[in-house]
Amino acid sequence: MYRYDTLDKEFLADRTAEFREQTARRLAGEITEDQFKPIRLMNGLYLQLHAYMLRVAIPYGSLDSRQLRKLAWIARTYDKGYGHFTTRTNLQFHWIKLADTPDILDALASVDMHAIQTSGNCIRNVTADPFAGATAEEIDDPRVWSEAMRQWSSLHPEFSFLPRKFKIAVTAAPQDRTAAKVHDIGLVIKRARDGALGFEVMVGGGLGRTPYIGSTIREFLPASRLVSYLEAILRVYNRHGRRDNIYKARIKILVAALGAEEFARQVEEEWEKIGTASDLPDTELARIRAAFAPAVFETLPARSEAFEVAKASNPAFARFVRNNVKPHKKAGYAIVEVSLKAIGETPGDASADQMEVVADLAERYGQDDIRVTHEQNLVLPHVKLDDLATVHAGLAAAGLATPNINLISDIIACPGLDYCALANARAIPVAQHIAEKFADQDRAETIGELKIKISGCINACGHHHVGHIGILGVDKKGEEFYQLTLGGSGAEDAAVGQILGPALPANRVAESVDTLVEVYLRERGEGERFLDTFRRLGVAPFKEAVYAEAH
Amino acid sequence: MPKLIRWRDGDAVLDDSAFTAVADEDDVPAGDVIISLSRFQSEGERLLSEGRAVGVRLEASENVEDLVYDLPRIAVVAVAFPKFRDGRGYTTADLLRARYGYRGEVRAVGDVLREQAGFMVRVGFDAFEPADGATPEQWRHAANRHRHVYQRAADGRAPAFAERGE
Repeated sequence: MYRYDTLDKEFLADRTAEFREQTARRLAGEITEDQFKPIRLMNGLYLQLHAYMLRVAIPYGSLDSRQLRKLAWIARTYDKGYGHFTTRTNLQFHWIKLADTPDILDALASVDMHAIQTSGNCIRNVTADPFAGATAEEIDDPRVWSEAMRQWSSLHPEFSFLPRKFKIAVTAAPQDRTAAKVHDIGLVIKRARDGALGFEVMVGGGLGRTPYIGSTIREFLPASRLVSYLEAILRVYNRHGRRDNIYKARIKILVAALGAEEFARQVEEEWEKIGTASDLPDTELARIRAAFAPAVFETLPARSEAFEVAKASNPAFARFVRNNVKPHKKAGYAIVEVSLKAIGETPGDASADQMEVVADLAERYGQDDIRVTHEQNLVLPHVKLDDLATVHAGLAAAGLATPNINLISDIIACPGLDYCALANARAIPVAQHIAEKFADQDRAETIGELKIKISGCINACGHHHVGHIGILGVDKKGEEFYQLTLGGSGAEDAAVGQILGPALPANRVAESVDTLVEVYLRERGEGERFLDTFRRLGVAPFKEAVYAEAH
Repeated sequence: MPKLIRWRDGDAVLDDSAFTAVADEDDVPAGDVIISLSRFQSEGERLLSEGRAVGVRLEASENVEDLVYDLPRIAVVAVAFPKFRDGRGYTTADLLRARYGYRGEVRAVGDVLREQAGFMVRVGFDAFEPADGATPEQWRHAANRHRHVYQRAADGRAPAFAERGE
């Protein structure tokens, strides 16, 4: 993992000192809330319905045990004992007092963490494949490039006041676990025929009011030219992106208005003028790369007797393995996904105690490495098969062994009207009702992969457009209604979902999902996921079933 | 004379502006003036021939490229920030300095706040009309806040990766 050096630490110390002064000015009444707002937003501090919310950056979703323990300590000391992992792989504390925030930022800085650029119209936390460094699928380690982009984007002098927020994802595997195609920039690491490393560059994807799948503007960008090319994209966007209407200010609107081809032409023209001056020297890339040198793995047999015995004797463990354990690139190791979607709980929430359990397990059995996924779960990327049963038992004791990764109860939900000032409707209770309806684990496994994503308003923080089943909260004359969409995907087969029909009242959402599932189970062909069946049949049979019952 | 903050060698000092900012609807007074791009295009030749210094105000929506040919005879480029959130002026300043090698004064005008000082200095602004009444001391403090930076920019500061290489 990347370790902050003196320069990184001093950068952070300067930043937290600045915010301490700014907060003191606000608390002393020297500046108004209106004047303070842009300042706090540059430090991830939002004013929500009940309290301040602090959004802590988790760069490319990567943590070590020391950092996760500090987050647990902050949750216990300054919040109500829990935190909420987000689809940007950040962590939100929802019950923060303004006067405490400078101390919290100091605590974060003590473990090389911060809240810089977790809000505001700037380049946000770069997300990467949570299986980086562990999956055999990847061509290169995306964390190297994510860290390079973290540094480059931090307080970028030209790009800190963009038309709107800007999100970048990077993946190096054919199976996209980052939703790269619905990002402002999606980078896919590739090798050219001659073996050279580079990126496919996709631009203009996004969700919100007007969802778009990103367009590829460059099939192959030599890896060493990444920063200058990003600067060209950002510069074209900074100059020409709309600033008259915040709902039309994301880069996707500019790309759609110009057309991807013309946008690409403008970027290439600018890129030629920029030249190589801003690209990182190979020595710096090598320094960062060295920080992500492969963990030291033991040479182990591919088959672990201890693991096989535990699987045969403990059905709960066997179920966990079926759903939450993924193949590792090294024989004798596995990737473990830790679900933060326990039935009836808030998706993405983790208590301080749970964070500490995960930190302990990572330290003892997982090479001190923890990842956050954009689907609001955690990952222990390097666990020996021999230790899996012990890790499972440790997780289970803390309520963290829910065997539902990618199943119907592994739901993404935004905080919704329970916390958020923008929301039209609650999202968390809807997720809880659906999870409870499908609590039967056998049935959930029979249904198989089914991604439900819930947003409490059109801003789409819950990624509903790319849910296999998407659920959007809308306000109808003061009542919460929910618009269902089907057939979306945020993965390599990205698509925006189709609207099923008129919005449904809250009490009909879970049963309607049940109806949709029944149609799927009835109609599905061999090996078809819900998404595949929907794509084959179209919306008609699903619509008919849900709305027939309404009459 | 309006006051402005000048940035010289890492320090901020208070100075008088010798230039009068002239709105398009007003007559051009005697002395050094800052006028709009469109007025410069129609009247600049005459004003310069009178032997005075002329500056041009670029609105956020105007392209610096339209001024490039005239840069050697323009004393000041005043880059307008209609709102602090409107970041187009940062690109304008960076292009003026890094791409077009402009050595005259690049002045930030409009919604200019001390929270932007560090960014503005980095992209090459060297004169400021703060809208928040920031003093030179406050401006210096804000602009010099960070001991390290991560990017190459028009200010020529060594980015972290270059410091590491030393």
